[in-house]
Amino acid sequence: MKANIAFLLGFVVLGTACSRKGTSNISSLKATGFGAAIVESSGGKQFSQTGGPLPQPVVVQVNDAQGTAVPGALVEFTGVPGVAFDPATALTDSSGQVATSVSLGGMAGRYQIIASTFDKSHKEVELKLEEIALGYQQTLGRRLNEQYCDRCHNSESTAERVSNYDNLEVKPHPFTEGDTLNKLSDADLTAIITNGGPALQKSALMPAWGNTLSKSDIQALIGYIRAVADPPSKNAGPVYARK
Amino acid sequence: MKEKLTSLWQKLFGDSVRAFGVVSVVFLVSIAIAPAKNFFSEWRHYQHGYLKVIRNRSEANTLQRHFQGGIQQIWLPELGVVDRCTSCHVGLKEASLTDVATQPYRKHPVIPHNLDQFGCTTCHRGQGAATTVAEAHNSTLTWEQPILPAKYVESSCGECHRGELRGTPQLNQGRTLLAREGCLHCHTVKLSDGSTMKPTDDPPSLSHVADKTTREWIFAWLKDPQAYASTSTMPNFKLSDDDARDISAFLIANSTPLAGDTAQLTAKASADPAAGASLYGESFCASCHAVQNAAGNMVGGDVGPELTRVGNKVKPEWLQAWLRNPRTYDPETGMPHYRFNDAQVATLSGFLLGKSDSDYLANVHLEAATPEQIAHGKRLVSDYGCASCHEMAGIKKPENFAPELSRIGSKPVTQLIFLPGMQHALPDYIAGKIKNPRAFSPGLKMPQYTFTPAQIDALTTALLSLNDRSYSLPPSLAMAGRAETNYQPAGKAGKLMTDLSCFSCHRINGHGGDMAPDLTWEGSSVQRDWLVQFFKNPGTLRPALIRRMPRLNLTDGEVNELTDYIMTVYQNPTVDRDSMPLSGYSQGQIELGKQLFYGKYSCQGCHIVDTKTDKGYIGPTLTHVGSRLTGAWIYQWMKNPQSLRPGTVEPNRAMSDEDARALTAFLMSQKGGEKSPAPAKAVTHKAHTEEVATR
Repeated sequence: MKANIAFLLGFVVLGTACSRKGTSNISSLKATGFGAAIVESSGGKQFSQTGGPLPQPVVVQVNDAQGTAVPGALVEFTGVPGVAFDPATALTDSSGQVATSVSLGGMAGRYQIIASTFDKSHKEVELKLEEIALGYQQTLGRRLNEQYCDRCHNSESTAERVSNYDNLEVKPHPFTEGDTLNKLSDADLTAIITNGGPALQKSALMPAWGNTLSKSDIQALIGYIRAVADPPSKNAGPVYARK
Repeated sequence: MKEKLTSLWQKLFGDSVRAFGVVSVVFLVSIAIAPAKNFFSEWRHYQHGYLKVIRNRSEANTLQRHFQGGIQQIWLPELGVVDRCTSCHVGLKEASLTDVATQPYRKHPVIPHNLDQFGCTTCHRGQGAATTVAEAHNSTLTWEQPILPAKYVESSCGECHRGELRGTPQLNQGRTLLAREGCLHCHTVKLSDGSTMKPTDDPPSLSHVADKTTREWIFAWLKDPQAYASTSTMPNFKLSDDDARDISAFLIANSTPLAGDTAQLTAKASADPAAGASLYGESFCASCHAVQNAAGNMVGGDVGPELTRVGNKVKPEWLQAWLRNPRTYDPETGMPHYRFNDAQVATLSGFLLGKSDSDYLANVHLEAATPEQIAHGKRLVSDYGCASCHEMAGIKKPENFAPELSRIGSKPVTQLIFLPGMQHALPDYIAGKIKNPRAFSPGLKMPQYTFTPAQIDALTTALLSLNDRSYSLPPSLAMAGRAETNYQPAGKAGKLMTDLSCFSCHRINGHGGDMAPDLTWEGSSVQRDWLVQFFKNPGTLRPALIRRMPRLNLTDGEVNELTDYIMTVYQNPTVDRDSMPLSGYSQGQIELGKQLFYGKYSCQGCHIVDTKTDKGYIGPTLTHVGSRLTGAWIYQWMKNPQSLRPGTVEPNRAMSDEDARALTAFLMSQKGGEKSPAPAKAVTHKAHTEEVATR
């Protein structure tokens, strides 16, 4: 019996060891610079599909107490098991920056990733970032958003897709606008999407989509809206953070 | 030592009572192993944990009521599912557990299928019948199939769903890449419905390649295709200088001249960059061809080849012949036969030849080829299977040049050779092979592609869906995809449409591209006069669009031929042209329609009727819509846009007949000014042109 338990324990230990292998490797990099703070340059709040890579690398910068970039500082990226970094540890380049490609874990939700470095007194300084993994439903919602909603609800234009936001007399709410959208219940959002703005005494410029989108399509859209809201919606599920 | 053993023996088995007692104890202990094992089992541990997790929740009573202890099982004989996963993953179906982050207690994310109908291993793989984590999730000596990493889970959707699904972008992308990146030219992929996957790319024929380009360019291209054009889909074969020299020698020697192809330059290539750029723009070359700009961004579509350095590649006389009529060189090309006149050919060819990089071929110096080099080049061409993709005079396309991939997703791990440090799992093997094929053995023929990590994941997902289970699942579960028809329009107009490559962009009756509007019902949609004007001077309603209908420089005869055919043949049976007139609506109706347009339906959010007040530009501009569309089409469109054009963005408003009639009256009154219905230089109108996202 003991052997059985020991065996089991062994498995758990082995399992943990294996799952940690991907996220952090004992690196032989030697820091030549030490900063006082670590700040985000780009790459926070991106979306990927569960388990998939983020579209852009996460770039952080190490600064000293005066706010000047520090080259040669050792930066380590960590997250919950299942989140992978390439590279997981690296030295900052001549402009004080480190870029890493990130793959999120297999569950939909928010993932906290931590970039950490050491200051001169070997105290750990860290930066917490959040990235968003979209599950099946949110991915479907994202596609529907791109097809039906984005042109009005997103004020940013791309070369392929010119935004209609500025042309509207009453401005639509971008889906990332958590302050407003988090206050609306799922039932309210469903009513607006299904029956149009007037259903909640809002502008008729928001048409009714109830005859075009199915009920599950509308649920998927709401799932997407909840997932991307900033500040986060409490309906978006847990944040996966390292304890 | 011996004495000690003897005394121990005596103590335990000295007489029959002692022996009986000891044997009984041993017997009891061994009987207790099974219940003890059961008692200390992992699933029991996890179920205890679950009860602890739910104890302090507000809905604890409900959760407690749903909870069933003991081993749970989903048994679906026809799918081969015996899944005991729910023994540990207890809360999968509990809607209220979305905020629980610890596994195995989290609720299953929303998917379109029911767990009780499909089980777990249908999508996730792993060993369903196992009751320990290690056996269920990992591969064991008796079970090869470990849990599928989350990033490939869409591959399981592909076992039943053969077509594109909106919720599986990665699978869709992988399948598209398989078909368009050349994989299917060498690898056969048969599907469980008996069909074979078809490549969608069309690598150029090399039978007359010497007409088109130089040996130096071929050499440089073979050495590194992406150095010529970063978007090139030709992979890198990592050829040595000598091999590239010999292959280029063979290709030039093997090429035969094509009549009409090396025609004398009729006009000197003109070097007027402004006129060239304007003709390039007017002809909407950028709808299909990309050019890298100074900032390093690709501008243009990816239907045709990138033109950033085309001046380094093509011979001027070939380019002129190509621009005059591309079908002479390649009868199957997707490029339209623009009816350019001599001056236009000169301008455009001058402009394109200017797109060159003086350094590109500066260091390529090739001696005249020897017969040995040519013979060696020929050998290399058959060794590398070049003819799998490219047509070449005198060389047969090899059959099954590379391993068949029809069931690659079930390939036993024992048959795979892994690289050092690689996880011993099939997805890692497939991804590794796509990423760097020659790492597995320098002698392998598979070339190096330039896929991004996301593309490699997508391809791996698509390949994993090609597995034994896609064959063994009940046929009733198979969901067919959208099949491409082989529709061809008939007669003179049909020939004309092929010559103009209408189907490169437009779809008709299930055949053709998706860059431009589906024309299946075009005859019901538009008015004849408008269509004639549009062919002569195409424009767009939406200046924001990059892709537009090009001016094809048609003759009046050709325009009439096409217009007659479209107006007669492409008629929708539900749109009765005589039901709504083109004009003559009452002022009251028009006024009512106007109120509905700006009020109840707020169409101005997406459309422009009055250029002074309206700004929306998602839908087409409607200032001239009364001269463009038929009343019957508008009426039917108001009632149900998707019935006429599935997937169109305009929402179905479920309008009453009265509302639809009034809006039709209002829109038909928008004739675009009284004086001339189609001014020569007006921004003309092509409705419903929807963008297609590039890569």
